[in-house]
Amino acid sequence: MSDKIRKIEGITKESTEAMIADALSVYPEKARKKRAPHLGANDQAAGSACVKSNKKTVPGVMSARGCAYAGAKGVVWGPIRDMVHVSHGPVGCGWYSWGTRRNLVTGINGVTQFAMQFTSDFQEKDIVYGGDKKLKTLLAEAVDLFPLAKGISVLSECPVGLIGDDINSVAKQSAKELDIPIIPCNCEGFRGVSQSLGHHISNDTIRDYIIETREFAEPSSPYDIALIGDYNIGGDVWSAKSLLEEIGLNVKSVWTGDGELEKIAATHTVKLNLIHCYRSMNYMCKVMEEKYGIPWLEFNFFGPTKIRESLRAIGARFDDTIKEKVELAIAKYEPIMQAIIDEYKPRLDGKKVMLLVGGLRPRHTIGAYEDLGMDCVGSGYEFAHTDDYDRTSPEMPDATVVYDDPSEYEFEKFAHALKPDLIGSGIKEKYVFQKMGIPFRQMHSWDYSGPYHGYNGFEIFARDVDMAVNSPTWKLVKAPF
Amino acid sequence: MSNLLGLEVKKVTETPPEEVERVKNWINSEEYKEKNFARQALVINPAHACQPLGAQLAAHGFEGTLPFVHGSQGCASYYRSTLNRHFREPAPAVSDSMTEDSAVFGGQNNLHEGLENAVALYKPKMIAVFTSCMPEVIGDDLTAFIKNARQKAHIPKDLPVPFANTPSFNGTHIHGYDSMLVSILQYLTEGKQIEGRCTGKLNLIPGCDFNTGDYREYKRILKEFGVPYTILADIGDTFDSPCDGTYNIYAGGTKLEDAADSINGKATIAIGPYATPKTFTWLKDHYSGKHVSLPMPMGIEKTDALIMKIAELFGKEVPASLKNERGRAVDAMTDSQQYMHGKKFAVYGDPDYLMGYVSFLLEMGARPHHILCSRGSKKAEKELQALLDGSMYGNGCKIYMNKDLWHLRSLVVTDPVDAIIGDTHGKFAARDAKVPLFRFGFPIFDRVNKHRYPLIGYQGVINMVTEICNKFIDIKDDTCEDRFFEMMR
Repeated sequence: MSDKIRKIEGITKESTEAMIADALSVYPEKARKKRAPHLGANDQAAGSACVKSNKKTVPGVMSARGCAYAGAKGVVWGPIRDMVHVSHGPVGCGWYSWGTRRNLVTGINGVTQFAMQFTSDFQEKDIVYGGDKKLKTLLAEAVDLFPLAKGISVLSECPVGLIGDDINSVAKQSAKELDIPIIPCNCEGFRGVSQSLGHHISNDTIRDYIIETREFAEPSSPYDIALIGDYNIGGDVWSAKSLLEEIGLNVKSVWTGDGELEKIAATHTVKLNLIHCYRSMNYMCKVMEEKYGIPWLEFNFFGPTKIRESLRAIGARFDDTIKEKVELAIAKYEPIMQAIIDEYKPRLDGKKVMLLVGGLRPRHTIGAYEDLGMDCVGSGYEFAHTDDYDRTSPEMPDATVVYDDPSEYEFEKFAHALKPDLIGSGIKEKYVFQKMGIPFRQMHSWDYSGPYHGYNGFEIFARDVDMAVNSPTWKLVKAPF
Repeated sequence: MSNLLGLEVKKVTETPPEEVERVKNWINSEEYKEKNFARQALVINPAHACQPLGAQLAAHGFEGTLPFVHGSQGCASYYRSTLNRHFREPAPAVSDSMTEDSAVFGGQNNLHEGLENAVALYKPKMIAVFTSCMPEVIGDDLTAFIKNARQKAHIPKDLPVPFANTPSFNGTHIHGYDSMLVSILQYLTEGKQIEGRCTGKLNLIPGCDFNTGDYREYKRILKEFGVPYTILADIGDTFDSPCDGTYNIYAGGTKLEDAADSINGKATIAIGPYATPKTFTWLKDHYSGKHVSLPMPMGIEKTDALIMKIAELFGKEVPASLKNERGRAVDAMTDSQQYMHGKKFAVYGDPDYLMGYVSFLLEMGARPHHILCSRGSKKAEKELQALLDGSMYGNGCKIYMNKDLWHLRSLVVTDPVDAIIGDTHGKFAARDAKVPLFRFGFPIFDRVNKHRYPLIGYQGVINMVTEICNKFIDIKDDTCEDRFFEMMR
């Protein structure tokens, strides 16, 4: 964490507050009152949240948020590769979230990995008479057609909870009859205020149905760890895992990118949980700490500065063999990283970036931009909580704007005022800003690139940021006539 | 123990490689196909989305219109991102973020607050409200809610706020499109019919079409004819807007006054009878002038039908430019028919697209061997069968109604084809079958600019012929032995 106060020229508490006031001025009074506490100027010295968060989205404002189902299907359960994930309810939710998050998997599609769209495709009659019978039938069909699947998750969509179906009892009965783990997840989209509750509900189902039902066949070692909260976007897990293995650790399971159910079930025997996306998986880290005494450590694998700090912090939890390997790895990669910085920094130095992403990247990627000489002049989350904003404050330059669940209107206003050289956010925002001529990278999906994690990832990240910011296409946006 | 189920703690296992190999082969077998086709409840890889997605598309087709999802906020994010990914364009829409308490109390408060905020922030000329699952299950009364919103001044008195009930547990995106379109037209044309008035225009309803190139092509054809027109609903500019340094939240769409006046049109052509049956049925009873329903003009014959119908309705000769264009399209076909003749295709998609693909393939002497529709009707099946029966190249081709892309996979691995036509979601089946996928439908997430290339009209014929034939030639170049690798193809 940065210990000195960073200032950005032209940005003061007053300028940021005036910008916020301007963005809020158009709102009807009730909405303005609701939105005001979610926008603030960072107080880097205080190092704590300057905004309220995890509240209901204001109706009608064009939020970037998704729902609890999205958090369960897209984030926690969906990436587990060797399970059949059933989107239980009407056809849409599963269809929209089919392959769109880029949580890559190994294996053979339909044989050992099931990155497909399974749905009960509810019809009117299922709403009227209930879908439990249909669920029971389809579970048997899934086991029949996909004999190598290690388990099935049943992810409820809105109607299931509203019509009073009992997926828990169907799952219990079918799990017994079919002799396979079946996990009911009551993650209806109307629950909670964002994806976040979906993460929490899913974590709880792992706790209730999965953890401690398996143990590793091989003997344990003092270097057994689990990689938590890495979803293998564009191959992130593969990059992070190889680095962790290089420093001598055994990555016994990954939650949940390219994840395997049985290994996740045996995670209670590892010695340390390393958590990347704190927001979506801190719940299970805390459970494993309480129940099994497994400590957990947050780390950051974006950009060489944060990777170095993280590797040393990880090494500090182990003996000298690991510490030595950490130093060897740092010594090996830093010159390579420096060469990357030498190549790109001259083109990116002093450029400004604004971020709006999910629950980790609005703070975790700041260091990587700074490695390239860029300043983060605004950051915010779709579904973070206070503890995320506490962790963000020290990373953000002083007095820069922090926005929680901003409306597209606010985000546009801030971008107009701050004139960033790059915006990192999602697909819904991408084309809005590109029309304005502002370079943009999707920072949920790595814009169909990646991985960005680890040393390997930084090279790709730096290349992508450079190509976005410095693409000659932006010079053509304004016609000469 | 958190092993609450009281299960025996087993060792982590690895599936033996020979077992993986066995299953890998088994899923390509006839036996598996039969099992797969015996499914009753599980749907795997469906080729259709839900109603509200189509409703949002229709809403985007009107000037200054903000699509408004009455329901959970995640729904709106899903529809928006799907449209973003396909068009690589913004897709602004709001939701009223219904949550648990709305399930208990109903969604009226969310709707009212949402409408008021949306008006203040996004200054729309019209708000098109449509529903996702939640309000449909709990039975929200939108007629009353919107009336109350007006009474309580949450929305300006004169702001049009049409709504459509678009439950996701019924029909597909094309039905949502139809419901939203008819609702918007009913709203805007209310009281606008003037005895004796005729705009002299053609109302053209392109149907649930996600190809902006098609919209431009319709307009170009009508300009060649010199026929004035109103497109209902026109997403052509909405989802193909210029990058010029400014963001226009409402980048295109049919002018509301033109839509209102469309009731006084000279004639109306509804393209794609499966996408807009409700709209067409309603306007037949209410719109002035003549009303015609035509299939999507894909392939020569179906394009001819549209061209002749326009000529007939407006008493015009087919312009020489279009006659030449037809000739050029036929020239493209005759010049390259040898690369497609006899080739077998698997095709899937919405019924209107399917009619077009099948018609075009038969014209080229290709075989639409497997025809699969994720949600179809008996009527669509009959019409497809009639197309097959009308050509010797339809012999032995089979139609699979209400089947999904996992069924398609079984079909193409057990009874092989040379290529597949459909949307991006078919790429896994195509890879397993080791054949190319021609991305002509919706959505296309993994190729650029496809939505800018029309599939309709004579130009569409040239585009399809070019893409398909050149791909087959590429494959020959990529796979042939060195001694057969030559300059000429």
